[in-house]
Amino acid sequence: MENARRTQSVLTARRAGLVGCTTCGRVHARQAVVCHRCGSRLASRDTGSLQRVWAWLFAGMIAYIPANLYPMLVTSTFGKTQQNTIVGGVIELFEHGSWGVALIVFVASVLIPIGKFIAIAYLAVSARSAVVIRGHGRQHLYEVVEFIGRWSMIDVFVVAILAALVQLDFVATVHPGIAAASFALSVAFTMISAQNFDPRLLWDAYEADDT
Amino acid sequence: MPEKGPAPAGLDGLIACPTCDALHNIAPVPPGSKARCHRCHTVLMTPRQGAMTRIVMLAATAAVLMIAAIFFPFLELQVGGLSRKSSVFDAITAFSASGMLPLSIAVAALIVVLPFARLVAIAYALGPMALGWHPAPQAARAFRWAEATRPWAMAEIFIVGVAVALVKITGLAKVTPGPAFWAFAALVLVTVLKDSFMCRLTVWKTLEERSRS
Ligand SMILES: [Zn+2]
Ligand SMILES: [Zn+2]
Repeated sequence: MENARRTQSVLTARRAGLVGCTTCGRVHARQAVVCHRCGSRLASRDTGSLQRVWAWLFAGMIAYIPANLYPMLVTSTFGKTQQNTIVGGVIELFEHGSWGVALIVFVASVLIPIGKFIAIAYLAVSARSAVVIRGHGRQHLYEVVEFIGRWSMIDVFVVAILAALVQLDFVATVHPGIAAASFALSVAFTMISAQNFDPRLLWDAYEADDT
Repeated sequence: MPEKGPAPAGLDGLIACPTCDALHNIAPVPPGSKARCHRCHTVLMTPRQGAMTRIVMLAATAAVLMIAAIFFPFLELQVGGLSRKSSVFDAITAFSASGMLPLSIAVAALIVVLPFARLVAIAYALGPMALGWHPAPQAARAFRWAEATRPWAMAEIFIVGVAVALVKITGLAKVTPGPAFWAFAALVLVTVLKDSFMCRLTVWKTLEERSRS
């Protein structure tokens, strides 16, 4: 049953000698350059896609290193200065007994970014082969990566809010650290990386759809 | 950018799945139901009755809420006798005070400027169509831009960030949400509702048909 479905050929726009618009779905003749309906650029397959995915992914990974080494938050309470890294902030929340919030921050700032690096790398590596997970699995993975990546920004917003709110001179002040900027960049770079991925490549491999 | 050529003949009735490139014949989809790609099961079309009008109304509501959310006090912080009210505007300028102007601009763009500009672009592109008129000039460009920037509008993530920030300072001070907090929360709900009416492929098809006739 599964094998029968796998070998069944699906008529794609490329096989039919046409090109489909990824923004609006409009179908055009192969030589068309700009979509007539929405004005997007047309490409039967985005050939430079994987290269851009890798470039942005590496940029995101590099920016994630200082994000973990430098303080995210610099808190001064009654003259004492305390610096918190991402992981340090999570541990502190945990020690305060705010397990739920500690978990949210941990998932958003550690699990999601690292999981996303791995997922994008896996999708990019596997784009041209149909072996490991079949089309649907990889499609779901891609959708999850696209949906969830933005949520990593939570910690950057938390820092912004705290810095705005806690400016009670002499009692307590909060300043954003260098990590806030590099973490924001890391999230942005991985988002761009995921957006550059052309999901049609996953299905081409699955269907061995070569022309 | 190259000029658009003449409308491609004979391909009107076809649609290619944006995720997997499978070709489909367009059959009329009854309002309220979903048409999925037969290969990858991505939702291709999910038209709703009166969707255009509702999207424009909800976008307008969201824009008004947005203005309230930015300038009204967002949170109030009390420590002993001291108290401080902060608006979203203050949160944005907080980064610039500590010499991180680029980050301050980025936060402003993600939670205020971009969501607001997207609402305006959507209202501009769909408003005339909701009234049954021809689309405004450059309506396609406006809608394309709104679609491309969707992942970068992060108002709902900001709300969760606020919740986390509140827990973080409960030990330090007493914090009460102000009117802007509720405006922002309502804004997130309205945005979710608006997106549930939005069927990209139907909007694009209607845009093309209306500008032709
Ligand atoms: Zn198009
Ligand atoms: Zn599909």
